[in-house]
Amino acid sequence: MTDMMHNFELFQPGSLADAQALVKKHGDNAWLLAGGKDSLDWFKDRVKQPAAVIDISGLAELNGGIRDDDGGVYISAMTTLTEITKSELIKERFPMLADAAERVASPQIRNVGTIGGNLCQDTRCHYYRDGFPCYRAGGDTCFANTPTAMNREHALFEAKRCVAVTPSDTAPACVALDAEMLVQRGENQIVVPAEEFFIGPEIDIERMTVLEPGDILLGIRIPATWAESHQYFEKVADRNTWDFALVSVAMAAIKEGDSVSDIRMVCGAVQCTPRRMSNVEDLLKGEVPNEEMETLASRVASSGAKALNYNHFKQPLMANLAKRAVRSLSA
Amino acid sequence: MNEDLMPYDPTVDYTGEPAIKEITPDGSKHIPPWKPLNLTRRRFLQGVVCSGIAVSSTAILFTSGTRPARADARAVERLITLNVNGRKRNVDVAPNETLAHTLRYGLNLIGTKVGCNRAECGACAVMADGVSIYSCSTLTHRIKNKSITTIEGIADSDGTLHPVQQAFIDELGPQCGFCTPGQVVTAVSFLKENPNPTVDEARMAMSGNLCRCGAYDHYLKGVMKASEKV
Repeated sequence: MTDMMHNFELFQPGSLADAQALVKKHGDNAWLLAGGKDSLDWFKDRVKQPAAVIDISGLAELNGGIRDDDGGVYISAMTTLTEITKSELIKERFPMLADAAERVASPQIRNVGTIGGNLCQDTRCHYYRDGFPCYRAGGDTCFANTPTAMNREHALFEAKRCVAVTPSDTAPACVALDAEMLVQRGENQIVVPAEEFFIGPEIDIERMTVLEPGDILLGIRIPATWAESHQYFEKVADRNTWDFALVSVAMAAIKEGDSVSDIRMVCGAVQCTPRRMSNVEDLLKGEVPNEEMETLASRVASSGAKALNYNHFKQPLMANLAKRAVRSLSA
Repeated sequence: MNEDLMPYDPTVDYTGEPAIKEITPDGSKHIPPWKPLNLTRRRFLQGVVCSGIAVSSTAILFTSGTRPARADARAVERLITLNVNGRKRNVDVAPNETLAHTLRYGLNLIGTKVGCNRAECGACAVMADGVSIYSCSTLTHRIKNKSITTIEGIADSDGTLHPVQQAFIDELGPQCGFCTPGQVVTAVSFLKENPNPTVDEARMAMSGNLCRCGAYDHYLKGVMKASEKV
């Protein structure tokens, strides 16, 4: 009906079992629609043309909102990013996640876009998005890593054939907070730690997450481990609204007296998965954060990076973000 | 008269045979027999509904009666009722139709503009249950149970402008005016939720609406001015 999107059948199942039956029936032609913000762009570009679109927004299992979970929180997958930003529970216990959710896209997108969709979204590599037959699309070339390619937004680390990066802002926060993903697979519910939930090209070059066709992300459980700890989130993007991160950093730290007893620092948009900055973590554990530690952290932050033609700038960006995160500890 | 100079007359070569001859493997000519269209009552009714020529209540009865019984395998119905600006409107909506399309071309509410058509400019912003959303990137079927407010529903029915609209006029917000409906809707939904915003809050709330004339400060001043009146 619109001049842009292909014709598809829209299903609005009322139960999880119905949704799974529909996915099973339509197989490769099925597409799960949550908030629909990213899906509709795929359709309008006509890069993805599924015959059956299954709107899972009506499923009660995904619409539980945000609730207390033994000192942590449980967030249902269909919770919108605005709800997360405004949730008192999350602001109190995990302010970093609220900050990260607030930095996603624009207010109207956050009003509709869901946390589940934000975590599961596909990469923003523009070659892949434009329908180039690259590795990720099942082809045999990476168009973003050629001598003339524009790869300003691409990966610094762990690029195996594909150089795409994770686009999600909430993903680094979830990894830093040791979140667990609750996934419905067939008749079973499985729990996947956030760090294993996101997968790189060495595991499967065509997927960003462990979700297989037919799997549905039910919700995110964040344990009490890092509740009300010192948290920091910062995202750098070309524009403050709409744009995806060039580099983002998420940090959670527990302090005993002046020194840091435990710390998690995760960097987004430099690798296909959120990157644990374990060298910075090792450096800071047991130390008192001061100017010297800031400098040291910034020096090791991007070590091991293999820059492409146009993304060298991400290395100092990572270093500075690490520095600022550490600086927030001594404030 | 020289025949070579005469214009070519196609009727001279006309034989009455098909232009593309279908030849069977044994060399004999094969003309497929003519078949009538396989037109059943159900197909005919579906065709009528699809083309949107005539939609009557009897058509709904017939089509809905012949649908398969399995609820889980049934796609959405095309004929739905939308609550727009406080009125219930019946409209025929394709499964892949966006709300902006339905509003503009189904309901003729052309105040809602389509700018980028991919959730990047905000010209299409409308309110769904009081929350500002991009109608160009929302399937109409997704929000059929919500009450929609478009720019046409912002002012009072007697024509009195909403404080936001008046403030935008006073502060010279619109230049070309294409983004203005979206700006107004977003500002109204924002002020409903936060009647006494700071400038930074207002700037953040309006950040999802682009203005290519660059009148951002005018709109921002307008929002702050309107916040004194709502």
